[in-house]
Amino acid sequence: MNRRGLVIATGALALSFFVGGSVAYNAQQARRAREIAAARSEALVRSHSPVLGPPNAPVTIVEFFDPSCEACRAFYPPLKQIMGLFPNDVRLVMRYAAFHDGSDAAVKILEAARLQDKFVPVLEALLKFQPEWADHSGPVMEKAWARAKEAGLDVDQAKRDITRAEIQTALDSDTRDSKSLEITRTPTFFVNGQPLTDFGPQQLYEMVRREVQKAK
Amino acid sequence: MTNSSTLPDPEGRWSLLYLAWLIAIVASFGALFIGEVMGQTPCSLCWQQRAFMFPLAIMLAIACFRADTAVWRYALPLAALGAAIALFHSLLYAGLIPEGIQPCSQGPSCASAEMTILGLLPLPYLSLAAFLAIALALFASKSKAKS
Repeated sequence: MNRRGLVIATGALALSFFVGGSVAYNAQQARRAREIAAARSEALVRSHSPVLGPPNAPVTIVEFFDPSCEACRAFYPPLKQIMGLFPNDVRLVMRYAAFHDGSDAAVKILEAARLQDKFVPVLEALLKFQPEWADHSGPVMEKAWARAKEAGLDVDQAKRDITRAEIQTALDSDTRDSKSLEITRTPTFFVNGQPLTDFGPQQLYEMVRREVQKAK
Repeated sequence: MTNSSTLPDPEGRWSLLYLAWLIAIVASFGALFIGEVMGQTPCSLCWQQRAFMFPLAIMLAIACFRADTAVWRYALPLAALGAAIALFHSLLYAGLIPEGIQPCSQGPSCASAEMTILGLLPLPYLSLAAFLAIALALFASKSKAKS
């Protein structure tokens, strides 16, 4: 083989090692994620968590969620759309993975809103105005509170409620579970106990559709 | 002198270039794999080393293809500067330079214990070894030209 041939062959070999290695690594990670989810399935759903959709639906989506996370914000509309396509068959269990600075405080606003039966409107307001309060140079919680108020939250009541011990207990339990399930990114989804290993709205839809068909 | 791609390489100059290029592509793809596939965010010093390693992988590929042994004039400064940054990073990682003066205010810490592959080999040392090996190979390809 002449040198030019050797150079081209070396480049092609290096590239195929990289691509092959990536495919193998991702497959191995997906297998590991499935094993973890299967081994610790009890950590996926807890009774304290907010549930959207029919409580006894045959298909459960679990979302590990952070109100300050841009990807969770971007995922909310397609998620709502998926729920809308299967209004009787799918429920969403929201688990908090408060990874960002200020996420804890935002989660507490959500939990206080839940006590007032305002979870969804406040969640949607926090997500909609996330760029305003979840600033990268530091969270501005007054703005989050103001948007929650616009969404119908009784802020005085809520500020009393966020000191309740059970809110902190719920948050701690979610943090423990996200550690034991090795959640490192938000949003992380599980459909009927299986992790969504190929991330994306279309992939989530396909997985949910398969589970709904199985349940029928 | 070996100017054509098919001529023999009695002084081993082309082989040295090829060796330098091999190290550069292994290092470049390795960095991409750790960053993009394994999802380990590069710290700011890692980014600066990437800025010197990636061009080496491309420049040396073209030089090997064209059997252009004059490339050391362009590639050696890149390798030397990359090695200097890697040396600084290694000293930081080893704790010989206090972490307080590191320029990594955001993102992952450059001195964190997570800067390893498979939990064993520290990435700053690997980077330093790669830059030094490339620099040595390039330097050797240069000195043989004089003899």
